[in-house]
Formats: sequence, structure tokens, C-alpha cells
Amino acid sequence: MSEKSYAPWKDYIPWEHFFGVVGLCSLAAGHIWGLFYTPPETNMGDVVKILFVHVPCAWNSMLVFTIAFFAAFVSLISGRRGADGVLAGAVETGLLLTGLTLITGSIFARPTWGYWWTSDPRLNTTAILFLTFIGVLMLRVMVQNSERRAIWSAVATIIAYVNVPITYMSVRWMRSVHQIQSSPSDVDGPLKLVWRISALSILALAIWFITRRYRIEKARQIAEAAPPLPEANNA
Amino acid sequence: MRFLRQVLAVARKDLLIEWRSPARISGLLFFALALLLLVAYANGGSTFLLPQIAGSTLWIGLLLASTRGLDQSWAVELERGALEGLVLWPVMPAALFYGKAIANTFVLLIVLLALCPLTMAIYDVGVKEDYLIFLGLLFFGCSALAAPGTLYGAITARARGSSVLLPLLMFPLIVPALMAAAKGCSALMSGDIFNEAEIWLWLLIVFNVVHWSLSGLLFRYVVEDT
Repeated sequence: MSEKSYAPWKDYIPWEHFFGVVGLCSLAAGHIWGLFYTPPETNMGDVVKILFVHVPCAWNSMLVFTIAFFAAFVSLISGRRGADGVLAGAVETGLLLTGLTLITGSIFARPTWGYWWTSDPRLNTTAILFLTFIGVLMLRVMVQNSERRAIWSAVATIIAYVNVPITYMSVRWMRSVHQIQSSPSDVDGPLKLVWRISALSILALAIWFITRRYRIEKARQIAEAAPPLPEANNA
Repeated sequence: MRFLRQVLAVARKDLLIEWRSPARISGLLFFALALLLLVAYANGGSTFLLPQIAGSTLWIGLLLASTRGLDQSWAVELERGALEGLVLWPVMPAALFYGKAIANTFVLLIVLLALCPLTMAIYDVGVKEDYLIFLGLLFFGCSALAAPGTLYGAITARARGSSVLLPLLMFPLIVPALMAAAKGCSALMSGDIFNEAEIWLWLLIVFNVVHWSLSGLLFRYVVEDT
């Protein structure tokens, strides 16, 4: 690394902010449309509108964990430190989305199923997935050595990823209260468009979060590699 | 053949350490036994409830005890730089992993075999038939804990806060195995009316195939920087 001080704005164009702005605007527009301008569902009424958040969060959490898996793979095989930054961002973003999936799912379940939580394969596997990646996150927090942190968290991520296909397929493999995997074809008319806007805006926000986290991790790596600052002369 | 000899040499070394100083095995056994008794006391010795929870309590007891023991198998290697010596051996890292995981499987199996009659006495349950399936559940249940436990033990033994980190990494991962082993044993202890024990055994075998292969492949990266 160069000896000059780290000035990220000189090294790259922060293109990720485009995704942030587009994501936030489309999320707001999609949800205002979904909440106020779409008709209530015949049986469940307005409560079904929480699915505009729940389902896109669930889709994107799986996608983001898949990004984490590939970043872990690249990090292990090539030893590229940048891949560790992507892994850190993807794990944290995936956890945020899985947490939102669990919370919004639970809010939806109370008025429709009659309980906040039940021992159901999809619910259990999603909760286990969340806890598995919490373990990866804790590992990253507790290991100070950056090289070891990169390798060990990549190993833990690859193993944790085993739970992603199990969670995805749990509604087909086991008897579940939860419906099978949702797709936009499950709904009609304007609801379909709102779902798509919501899913794409959350994806754009996920890209924004992961890229920002990658930049932070890169800056941290540069700071760790930099020579120590000269001691202040107090005399 | 060379790989197999290496695996057996590492497993033999670890089992010899346990044989000469059985403090770990006895520690695990009494930890799990204390938990079995505590659960029985907490439930007030209910003759209705205890037989129903016998299988799950047995496995949760073993799981909690295993977290105190799996990273210990690596902690002994860290003393006086023995791990460095092991890695510098002309042994494939995968052989090192499989040797240690096999030794850990047998350590857990010994503890479990000692716990089974005690559980049956305390919880008033018994297995009257399908002994082979029962033994299969015990063996594959232990190996299911040992594979990810050995891999994560190698990580957490060298990390800060290992006593918290190993359960955090391991518990969510082994839920399918724990569920299969506990449900299978519970089914056999209550007569297995629906013939479900064999299905749980197959689930355990699939879990073992996935995690023993994956952990063996990834292990070399964990010890690479030693």
C-alpha cells in the first residue's frame, strides 16, 4: 500500500450510492403504493400487505447468503482479502434480512394462523439459519488476527450455507403450516408489481450495504497494514 | 492405504491419551449425568413426563458435555506447540482431521454407552427390540456431533472466548442430527409404534455424509496458518 494517507474518494467512484438511492426511493414508492393503493385480500384483508416486506426479505436473504458462500469460496481458494470484505457484508446483510423475515413472518402469523410462533419446519429451519450465521458473525468479532478471521469465517460460512437449501426446500420436504415457496405468480394484478418492486428495491439496498461494508473492511485492512503513527512530541 | 494408516495413527494417538489420562471422559460423563439428574429433579420425578423426555434429555446432556470436551482435544495439542509438530508431520491435514474426529466419536460413544443404562434407570424407560437401530442411532449421533465439533474445536481452541464460541457455532448446525438422534431414541424407548426410528437413522447417516465430507475438505485451511 502507498505510504500516503488513505483517501478513498481519490481511489474509486462510490457507484454503490446509486443502488442506495434507487433502492430507498423504489422501496418507499412501492410500499406507499402497496399500503394505500392496492385492494385488501379477500380473506385476510389488509394484513396480507406485510408480505410485501416478508417475502422479498426472505428471497433476498437466501440470495445474499449465496453471495456470502461464493465470497467464502473465493476467499479460501485465492486468499483475496477483498472477498473477505464481501463475505463480511453479505453475512451481516443476510442476517438483517433473515431477522426481518422472522419478525414480519411472526407478525403475519398471529392474525392469520392464530399464534406468533409454532414448531414448523420452515419456521424452525429459518431460525436455525439465523443462529448459524450469528455464529459466523460472533466468530468474526472474537478473532482479532485478520488473516485467521478471513480463513476461519470463510470455513464457517461454507458449512453454515448447508442450511440454506434445507431452509428453502423445507416446505416441500416436510409437512408444514407454511405455504410452499412464494413467487410473483401467486398474486394477481397490481400486487404482483408491488412485490417485484419491493424485491428489487431490497436487492438494490442489499448491494449497497454489502459494497459499503466491503469498503469499510478494505479501509480497515489498509489501516492495519499501515505503519504506526509517529508519537506526539509533548515536550 | 497410506491415508488410512495416517488416520488410524492419529486416532490411536488420541485414544491412547484418553486411555492414559481418562480425566476428559470421566468429566464428560459426570457432567452429562448431573444434567440428567437435574432435569429429572426439576420435573419432580414425574412418572408420566420423564419417560417421554428421556431420549431428548440424554442427547442434550451429551451435547452440552461435548462442548466441554471437543475443544479440549485440540487444547492438549496447543500445549508446548504440539499442534505445530502435528501439522509439520508428513501427514495429510484431512488425515489429521479424520483421526481426531474418529477418536472424538469413540470418546462420545463411550460416554453415551455409560449414560444409557443410567438414563433408563432414572427415567424408567427401556429398549425392547431393534437393538441394532438403537446402536446405529447412538453411533451415528456421536459421529454427527464429532465431525463439526472437531472442526470448530480446532478453530475455537485458538480463539478468544472459546467456551462461548464453540456452542454458538456448533449448536445451530447440529440441530437436524440432535433431532434425529433424540426422536429416534425416544421412539425406540416408547415401543416405536410408527416405525420411525429407522427413518431418523437414515437422516443421521445423510447428515454424517455431508458434514464428514465437508469438514474433511475444509480442515486444511483451518490449520494452514499454524
